[in-house]
Amino acid sequence: MTAYIIRRLLQMIPTMLGVVLLLFVLFNWVGGDPAYILAGKNTGEAQIANIRHQLGIDRPAYVQIGIFIKQIVTADFGASWSTNEPVSDILKTRLGPSLTVMVPLMVLGTLLAIALSLIVARFRGSLTDRMVMVACTVGMSISILVYIIVFQYVFAYRLGWFPVQGWGDSLWKNLTTFAALPILIGLCVGLAPDLRLFRSFMLDEIDQDYVRTARAKGLSEARILWIHVLRNASIPIVTYVMAALPGLLVGAFLIERFFSIPGIGREVLLAVERSDFPVIKAITVYVAAATMLANLAADLIYKAVDPRVELK
Amino acid sequence: MTEAISSLSSTAISETHGDGKRRGFWSLACQRFRDDGVGMASLIIVAAFFVVVLLSMSGMAASGWNKEVAIHDAPPDLWGLLKPAAPTAMKSLAQRVEEETKNAAQAQSKEALPPLTVTDPLAETLQALNASEETSTAKKEKRASLPFGGDRWGRDVLSKTIKGTQTSVIVGLSAALLATFLGTLLGALAGYYGGRTDDALNWFYSVFSAIPYLLLILAVAAVLQQRGVTTVILILGLTGWAGVFRLIRAEYIKHRGRDYVQAAHAFGVPDRRILFFHILPNVSHVVLVNISILAVGFIKAEVILSFLGFGVKVDEVSWGSMLNDAQSELILGRWWELVAAGGAMALLVTAFSLLTDAMRDALDPKIQRTS
Repeated sequence: MTAYIIRRLLQMIPTMLGVVLLLFVLFNWVGGDPAYILAGKNTGEAQIANIRHQLGIDRPAYVQIGIFIKQIVTADFGASWSTNEPVSDILKTRLGPSLTVMVPLMVLGTLLAIALSLIVARFRGSLTDRMVMVACTVGMSISILVYIIVFQYVFAYRLGWFPVQGWGDSLWKNLTTFAALPILIGLCVGLAPDLRLFRSFMLDEIDQDYVRTARAKGLSEARILWIHVLRNASIPIVTYVMAALPGLLVGAFLIERFFSIPGIGREVLLAVERSDFPVIKAITVYVAAATMLANLAADLIYKAVDPRVELK
Repeated sequence: MTEAISSLSSTAISETHGDGKRRGFWSLACQRFRDDGVGMASLIIVAAFFVVVLLSMSGMAASGWNKEVAIHDAPPDLWGLLKPAAPTAMKSLAQRVEEETKNAAQAQSKEALPPLTVTDPLAETLQALNASEETSTAKKEKRASLPFGGDRWGRDVLSKTIKGTQTSVIVGLSAALLATFLGTLLGALAGYYGGRTDDALNWFYSVFSAIPYLLLILAVAAVLQQRGVTTVILILGLTGWAGVFRLIRAEYIKHRGRDYVQAAHAFGVPDRRILFFHILPNVSHVVLVNISILAVGFIKAEVILSFLGFGVKVDEVSWGSMLNDAQSELILGRWWELVAAGGAMALLVTAFSLLTDAMRDALDPKIQRTS
């Protein structure tokens, strides 16, 4: 087990180096000279040269990549190009709001999708099942933008049940007041794809021999579904949820933007608008690292819930 | 259960259909597709969207989407079916038509005044412009209502939606073709050759899939400073190949050991030919279904990018930029642009998704979908 974890961690190193290389090529060469972007339009040659020296882009590429790696390891990306706030401070302060919205959303969304998919799976092939599936397909086709615009207009602007936007300092107030409508929207948007997926997981199990045995023993249908089927279907569900975990860090870009939630997602959008390269680079690198760790964790949990799995 | 039986019997029929001749894979697949009512219906809807796109590209429809043909925020009348009812706070429609037409005429007459002392170098051009057809529309009476309503500048929402359809379909399909091309090429090389090639390409794949997709798109958008349809196609196409790569690689690994490939190899057929003339036709159904899946995803992604202002240019229109306009219009009670853009997109994406499902079922009868 330990050997496996160590091997997987070592395998991450070349991938991580690849991510670093990709970002380096992207931000230093594809997009043109970063010094010009940082300096703006009205600058003299001397100033450009000065900025180039400060950023280190007058040095050879391998030295620059070395600097970039050092920045990643020490978590010191310097200051944001547009606000001069240290990038590490930006990351620290924006993480909380993103998690405040995303953690309850993830927990509630998963529980809701599990419950509904078990119910739908029980009525497989019936009219109810087909209506739900059609509703899911249509629901998935409507743009997330439409959901947010309409929900914000109806529930916040017209009915006044929630604040239109805003964010406070107290966690409890944020959670109950400001995050409530964003979480509700996230649930509605995420339910259709989750429900479709989880339903297929449940249906894979429902035809298995052990279900027939359980029925033959005279167990109640509810017990079969909630105890026997769910326990086995939880294996792919856990994998799926683990794979979605890094998304917690990024938050929901659009929801954070519409509701002015000062999270990581909104910060990324702002950084893209302002060509604030250090912020984008830092967030991308750390989220990529988190993604790889989450994949490893998913494999380990997979092994834990299903002893038949061999870790290679 | 009944569905399973009926699908079984329909496959049985399709296989014995015809005069006992062995039928090819594609012929059987087409037969299966034709038997799928939902698939056919969605095909018709998607085809209708494509016709609209062709009309719009040829300039036969929606060429004047950028013109102010009506009063600002003209309400929708659905060709007379809907009575245009202005919100109470607004002036009556007739009043507004009169006022805005007058304003336009006044602005026109002011522009027509001769320059006072300084000779305007552009005076002649301006006069020519004023005289031309283009600007004389401003003198015409503006319409009080439009079939799907008008936007803040009095532009026809229906025309905008049609132009937006053009943007979405072109971006979705081109980016899907680009991504599928890249994914298939790299996947074929990795799967067929294995070894070092496979390791290198797999590393490349792992790098791309380590970064969450939307974050990767945004990072590329941040770097490419110019906006426009081509940029969006490049962003989506160059970042979206990873999924195709994995599938095609697996297919090539499966096929490279087959007898027909071994035989071709023994005959001395060059690798290039084996890769793209012998194996590719046998995995083309995977490619086809993937183009369709990617196109749906890219249409959705383009709308989000354009909404955020990282997509089409200001003088181009997309469902995303329409939704951006609609956001502020909705607060003033003007719901029609939201409904038009959101509805058109939902219809196309639903039909396209169902078409993809039907195609997959027809092309891969071994995979029994669980529904």
